[in-house]
Amino acid sequence: MIHLLTIDWFLLLEKLVLIIIVVMASLVIAMYSTYAERKIAAFMQDRIGPNRAGPFGILQPLADGGKLFFKEEIIPNHSNKILFILGPSLAMLTAMMTCAVVPWSGDVHLFGRTIALQIADVNIGILYVFAVVSLGVYGIMIGGWSSNNKFSLLAALRGASQVISYELAMGISLISLLMMTGSLSLRTIVEQQMVSHWNVLYQPLAFLIFFVCALAECNRTPFDLPEAESELNMGYHQEYSSMKLDFYLFAEYVNMFISSAILATLFFGGYDIPFFNEAAHTGWGNWLAVAGVVCFMIKISLFIFLFMWIRWTVPRFRYDQLMNLGWKKLIPLALANMLVTGAVILWMQR
Amino acid sequence: MTTLTNRAKPVDRKPMTFLESIYLWNIFKGMMITLRHFFKKKVTIQYPEQTRPFSPVFRGVQILNRDEEGRERCTACGLCALACPAEAITMEGAERMPGEEGLYREEKYAAKYEINMLRCIFCGFCEEACPKDAIYLSETFAPSAYSRKNFIYDKQDLLIPDPKTQPEEFAQAKGLREISKKNK
Repeated sequence: MIHLLTIDWFLLLEKLVLIIIVVMASLVIAMYSTYAERKIAAFMQDRIGPNRAGPFGILQPLADGGKLFFKEEIIPNHSNKILFILGPSLAMLTAMMTCAVVPWSGDVHLFGRTIALQIADVNIGILYVFAVVSLGVYGIMIGGWSSNNKFSLLAALRGASQVISYELAMGISLISLLMMTGSLSLRTIVEQQMVSHWNVLYQPLAFLIFFVCALAECNRTPFDLPEAESELNMGYHQEYSSMKLDFYLFAEYVNMFISSAILATLFFGGYDIPFFNEAAHTGWGNWLAVAGVVCFMIKISLFIFLFMWIRWTVPRFRYDQLMNLGWKKLIPLALANMLVTGAVILWMQR
Repeated sequence: MTTLTNRAKPVDRKPMTFLESIYLWNIFKGMMITLRHFFKKKVTIQYPEQTRPFSPVFRGVQILNRDEEGRERCTACGLCALACPAEAITMEGAERMPGEEGLYREEKYAAKYEINMLRCIFCGFCEEACPKDAIYLSETFAPSAYSRKNFIYDKQDLLIPDPKTQPEEFAQAKGLREISKKNK
């Protein structure tokens, strides 16, 4: 069979295994971020979170998943049935697609081949991430529209406007970063950070703006008006039950995981181990790549903790405050940052 | 303008400084407060392993009392049923036969005594109305059950353990009784 087509079958196999591992890992991590969210929320509120399901409540996400699985699937009568089912699927799809370009670690040498731990090293890596995140707003809009419900529609409108407003500031703050790195490929960005310092030291303001916009893109408090429990009756996922609701909630956590991964990759060196010269320790072989993955996961979990910490500290923004912040504060700030970065780069190239 | 007390503070209505309008510093201070709470001692009580201590006059499930020789005190007079605002108590009286001197204190006793826990409001009027010191409200909660029938407690469920045959349980239940009698 291998002689029939000149396709590198082994490459397909290794990509398939990598895809399965990454998808499973992001689902499991999203599941346990729900557990971490409840525990962290509880600890910050002077109480203990779930601690009955398994030791320390470790099996709680399984119980939650099981509960949502066994609930009754209700589809409203006058809703558009195709769109109703499409909404959460789209949200989950775009959440999963972004993990295709994240570089998880360096190269692994297995079976005589060099496997790069990244599903697709496209040379427009970060642009791909942006494109998929923009598609993610469709999931919210379709969900809100197909519910045939005024509140869901309002919430979906707010969600969509919030996402597109904060995307602009995110993109502009990224331009100043890309002016420095000169490449859109995520692996190149990480490799540059391994050689020189982490990008956050060069672009702290861009990091701040990007972080705030990532909060808004994930619909996380303080920007969670689209899914506000008390304001808009649960927002765009009001009419959903069982697995479709599960998909929406999970897509939010997977989005959070991916945003943390992108933040860590762009600004904090990705799989780079701080204060550790990787080039001098090639004798470790594959364990170096494993150490890189572990370090990356630690950074991601720190970012997820930061997301949750902010959620349980800051109250929700009002819609006009949100729009004000996005358009009148963040975009000029990002533009100023870009101009200053450009000026400094020009000046240093003389 | 004269004010009644001098506790009124004038409100500071200055416009926000630039640093305040950025709000990041305030968010940071808030996050520090939240982080401090992260490491503080938690106030959760792990029920049912730990329970909160109740006061001695807490009104829980009823207990039918016995005297020191182990005879039932209740004479089925019906004053508790009359006093109950929720009409939760029902009973049927019976005459004491010559061989049952050691079981019942007086010549009339309650053959059937039922309290419907779904109706009971735990007000304690039955305890106050009883002339024979036969019923009092203990410190236990009424536990949950799956059907309404299981909530009708009969004499078996309510009676205090016999001091002759089960002295420890009797002493435990009585211990509560002594405290509540002292504090009345």
